[in-house]
Amino acid sequence: MATYYTLEFEQPLRTLEEEIAQLKSRVDALTTGQGPTGTGLPEDLAQAEHALAERLSRHSQTMAELYKQLSPWNTVRVARHPSRPQGRDYIELMLRDFTELHGDRRSGEDPAIVTGFGRIGEFKCLVVAHHKGRNTQEKLRCHFGCPHPEGYRKALHKMQLAAKFGVPIVTLVDTPGAFPGLEAEMRGQAEAIAFNLREMSLLPVPIVSVVIGEGGSGGALGIAVADRVAMLQHAWYSVISPEGCAAILWKQANERTNSQAATALKLTARDNLELGVVDAVIDEPPGGAHRDKVLAARNLERWIVAQLESLTQLEPAELLERRYQRYRGLGSFDLAKQEAPVPG
Amino acid sequence: MANNRSMASITTAKAARSWSDLRPERRSQVPEGLWLRCPGCGQLIYRKQMEANLHVCPECGHHFRIQAGERIHQLADAGTFEAMFEDLRPKDPLAFEDLKPYAGRLKAEQDRTGRPDAVVAGVGFIKGRQAVLCSLDLGFMMGSMGSVVGETVTRSIELATERKLPLIVVSCSGGARMQESTLSLMQMAKTSAALARHDRAGGLFVSVLADPTTGGVTASFAMLGDVILAEPGALIGFAGPRVIRQTIRQELPEGFQRSEFCLKHGLIDKIVHRAELRNELARLIDYAGL
Ligand SMILES: [Zn+2]
Repeated sequence: MATYYTLEFEQPLRTLEEEIAQLKSRVDALTTGQGPTGTGLPEDLAQAEHALAERLSRHSQTMAELYKQLSPWNTVRVARHPSRPQGRDYIELMLRDFTELHGDRRSGEDPAIVTGFGRIGEFKCLVVAHHKGRNTQEKLRCHFGCPHPEGYRKALHKMQLAAKFGVPIVTLVDTPGAFPGLEAEMRGQAEAIAFNLREMSLLPVPIVSVVIGEGGSGGALGIAVADRVAMLQHAWYSVISPEGCAAILWKQANERTNSQAATALKLTARDNLELGVVDAVIDEPPGGAHRDKVLAARNLERWIVAQLESLTQLEPAELLERRYQRYRGLGSFDLAKQEAPVPG
Repeated sequence: MANNRSMASITTAKAARSWSDLRPERRSQVPEGLWLRCPGCGQLIYRKQMEANLHVCPECGHHFRIQAGERIHQLADAGTFEAMFEDLRPKDPLAFEDLKPYAGRLKAEQDRTGRPDAVVAGVGFIKGRQAVLCSLDLGFMMGSMGSVVGETVTRSIELATERKLPLIVVSCSGGARMQESTLSLMQMAKTSAALARHDRAGGLFVSVLADPTTGGVTASFAMLGDVILAEPGALIGFAGPRVIRQTIRQELPEGFQRSEFCLKHGLIDKIVHRAELRNELARLIDYAGL
């Protein structure tokens, strides 16, 4: 089995995977009559095959159990898994005939947000996707998926282009947050996000948005104002990262407080579905999207296409009214009893 | 000027019966005492004199932070402000608990400030020009935006659009409220969507930024003003200086993210002294022809 980054809570899987690898080569060795013997592994082919089958079934069982009851903090870890598919992965796996478009026409080109036209199912679409970078060089270029203002402005520029030609918009959200830096502030990070929130609410084409990994606050929302919003099963979406929250409210960020903050923030897909912030949770393959990118992309594609099928039936005015009401209704408050009107 | 009037004198009969007037207000956020040291110039100044001077240091012009009641008092023509949306009460949708439960924090802040949440809104006149006025309250959980603040700001925007009134929102906030997590985040989208409609309907929105305006409030309605005014020396930004310092691992330049810095980088329209704010707002309303 491929060596890959193992999360701490996955240690039982790791042990099984090592045994599986050994048993596999033993089965191969016994079949071909070549390779080492001894080392305490079964000498008999049938025995070895049996042991292998047993470990494989135990592996899938253990994996299912571990992932069924992921704690919120472990969900954050899965969402940050280095092998987890990113924006560009899904673009490659879901879209046909993708043509990338660059630049915000004002100050720069931000690779932390990828934009371009492509085809999904029977639809044309404009895709806007956060991208964190798949190797060290790319990660540095993408600032680990933390966009600068030019990223948000590029996104809006291309979305307006899509709106002009009646092309639906698909956004894939995966960012720890908008980049907190000197240059980003100087070029108006807050304004760039705010302006996207305002203008996305009025783009007269369907917008479908999915949090595929990390939904880090305003940096996520800046491309996620949509008619339908979903989260992948192990993604997180919150007003602040667990570490940031722990540092402020618990006065220190460590394993314990990060975990407490992750729980308190109700950041899982299931939680956000209950809060009404997202409309759907999209299943991931057993053990997370990183274990089967193709299946993950297929699930994602199926959901997006279904949304586009229904949203493209709506007249723009109806679409925009529903989008407005979708956000208008979000929030939780009580109404105090009104006092009687003053007589006279 | 407005500064000598007591709070009670400006509240109308109707407003005086409102929830927020049933409890005493804290007059300011500076520690109590006859004298205080100005953080701007280091001088020992006479509190009464500073307060009578719109809470601005008479020596150096340092703008002290003021709470929402004082803000409205300074901006609205005497006796004209009618508070609205006062029946909105925060809830604890996440049953959030850090070192203290959110429900307990809310109660303590409500008792201390005499407000249900971190915002005051209503309709009033500024030099005879009617406007929807809204101010965040820094004294209540750092002016953070949860559902009640988001809903109040949104209702204010919708009211301004519907009645074709100018909209003035004074921001001072630490950002979106953590204790309501994504519901707070969604208030950014909600307020911005309402502003989109206000904008397309030809409405005027003047955003006034006071110290400090950061995070999700900056990244939504605060930065969406047709005109953005700032008080002198106000900290205005998306990320806080501490987070930025940690990210770039170097000291930040002098005056970084202050109003003057923001003006220089084209992020705001104008820096306005507190004593000039009413004049400037009235002037802008006239230029917009409202
Ligand atoms: Zn001073």
